[in-house]
Amino acid sequence: MTRSELGRWRSRIVTFLLLMPASAWYVLLLLVPLVILIVFSFGGRAPEGGYRPDFTLANYQELPTRSTAFLNALWMATGGTILCLIVGFPLAYFLATRAGSQRTLLLVLVIVPFWTSFLIRTYAWLTILGNNGVPAWLERLGFGHIVLLNTPFAVLLGIVYNYLPLMVFPLYVSLERLDKRLLEASKDLGAGRWATFRQVTLPLSSAGLLSGVILVFIPIMGEYIIPALLGGGKVFFIGNALVDLFLQSRNWPFGSAAAIVLILVILAAVTLYLRLGSRGGGTREVSLL
Amino acid sequence: MTDRITPPPRAAIDKAGRWVDRAFRLQATALYLFLYVPIGLVVLFSFNAGDRTGELRGLSLRWYGRALGDPFAMGALENSFVVGTWTAVIATTLGTLAALALQRASRSVRAVFEAITYVAIIIPGIVIGIATLIFFVNAFAWLNPQLASIWSAFGLGAPPTIGTGLHTIIAAHVLFTMAIVIVLVRARLAGMDRTLTEASFDLFASPFRTFVQVTLPQLRPAIITGALLAFTFSFDDYVIASFVAGPGKPTLPMYVFSSIRRGITPEINAIASMVLSVTVTMLLVVGLIYRRSSRIAAAQRAAELADVQETVP
Repeated sequence: MTRSELGRWRSRIVTFLLLMPASAWYVLLLLVPLVILIVFSFGGRAPEGGYRPDFTLANYQELPTRSTAFLNALWMATGGTILCLIVGFPLAYFLATRAGSQRTLLLVLVIVPFWTSFLIRTYAWLTILGNNGVPAWLERLGFGHIVLLNTPFAVLLGIVYNYLPLMVFPLYVSLERLDKRLLEASKDLGAGRWATFRQVTLPLSSAGLLSGVILVFIPIMGEYIIPALLGGGKVFFIGNALVDLFLQSRNWPFGSAAAIVLILVILAAVTLYLRLGSRGGGTREVSLL
Repeated sequence: MTDRITPPPRAAIDKAGRWVDRAFRLQATALYLFLYVPIGLVVLFSFNAGDRTGELRGLSLRWYGRALGDPFAMGALENSFVVGTWTAVIATTLGTLAALALQRASRSVRAVFEAITYVAIIIPGIVIGIATLIFFVNAFAWLNPQLASIWSAFGLGAPPTIGTGLHTIIAAHVLFTMAIVIVLVRARLAGMDRTLTEASFDLFASPFRTFVQVTLPQLRPAIITGALLAFTFSFDDYVIASFVAGPGKPTLPMYVFSSIRRGITPEINAIASMVLSVTVTMLLVVGLIYRRSSRIAAAQRAAELADVQETVP
């Protein structure tokens, strides 16, 4: 063995050792459990809860009993994402057109709530929408008794409140990069404001738009805290069903089947995202810094 | 004339019209109120002298006193600090090592590793909770009988049993915070000046010395940010912790969640306000680190420019 070959082997071993701990974490706590999850989903429930080896499709056949949870999550994730987009796009546009120092401050103000406790932000709405909050005010103003908490409205509000920053940031990044001379050119060529927006701004910010949509949609699909606090058992997501199945009723095989379906929905969303966004790089969650 | 040659880049959209601009401004103001009023109300009612959230009856610190004197809340706070600190230390160490190794790894290894890293970041907490719970249950089911047989073989008496606890929460939190550290450090490595490393080797520094004296100082902002983010995420997490926590050892979010379920008291507002102040302090630290490092970088660039100008008459 020559000396350079020896060096190459040493380098490889060092690389391997440096990667070992992180790989162990990924393999043991993520990849192997995902395989076990698939195995469990075809298994039976042990009498005292947990898993009993079996091969049956019963868990998947039983899934329609939880279809409300799936459908709630699916339509509210879709609706919440669209609402975030409608509300967030003008804000991102506004931010991208501000001057230097003002823009930094405004951006920081969008990001700060995102880093503060998710639980506390959701809790804040619990008191506002609760009977001592806005409904009491409305009643004093003569609107009658209106229930806001534990409704789809409350859950959607919580979703928009918590996920708006996640939508605004990638949108801002792509709008900020947009060459403003193109807008001038469009105007010079006689296009109106709407035509310019539709034909220039929107297509050129599509990468940020896609990233924002995927960054918001996926976590909402797996949401637990918002429906638990603001939906109060009336509006529940698949996440709430999973917590129930794994922690309370301990029906692991059925829970595994439900989890597999959730993962498949997320996988489908990511695949669609990669298909649509293969031309633009896209911004990822961590760029929220 | 001059502004036609170099149009101010930001003015283009502002020209869209005064009313359009005003509408944007109004919408932005409304959104900032939407983002901050709820948090502000939580803080405001933490100082409430009365018992009910919703009607303010003078200001007092009694709920802070109540929270600080609550042994369950303080125990949970301590658990959260322990979990957050260990998560930050382990995630930062493993993540940085992995990011450095990926620089030298083959392309296929890198691609696979990056894919798993993004999966770990983007996957909802609920799936991570389930996955780690499954791992621990299987691992303990295998490990404990082994321990028992070893202990009985050597006649050591009652064997120890390993179960869930703070360590399992830490392990689960490391899974996704480590992925965030990897992305941050890799981004920093990609933007790093390779010539400095080469210069260090040319000056006969050993790889280890080069790492400590050249690479590490340049990575410091990314590493510190990663550590603070790991701590913040761990400190904030409810869902994953609720899956893998041990009996009688709740973290602060778990405590807050179960007290909300039991009924809203201003004590929760006091705890929430204290948590918010910790988070905001962390963010300020991160912000200052970034500003400082970008200032230093700017100063270095300016100095380099000055050097160039001096050498070029």
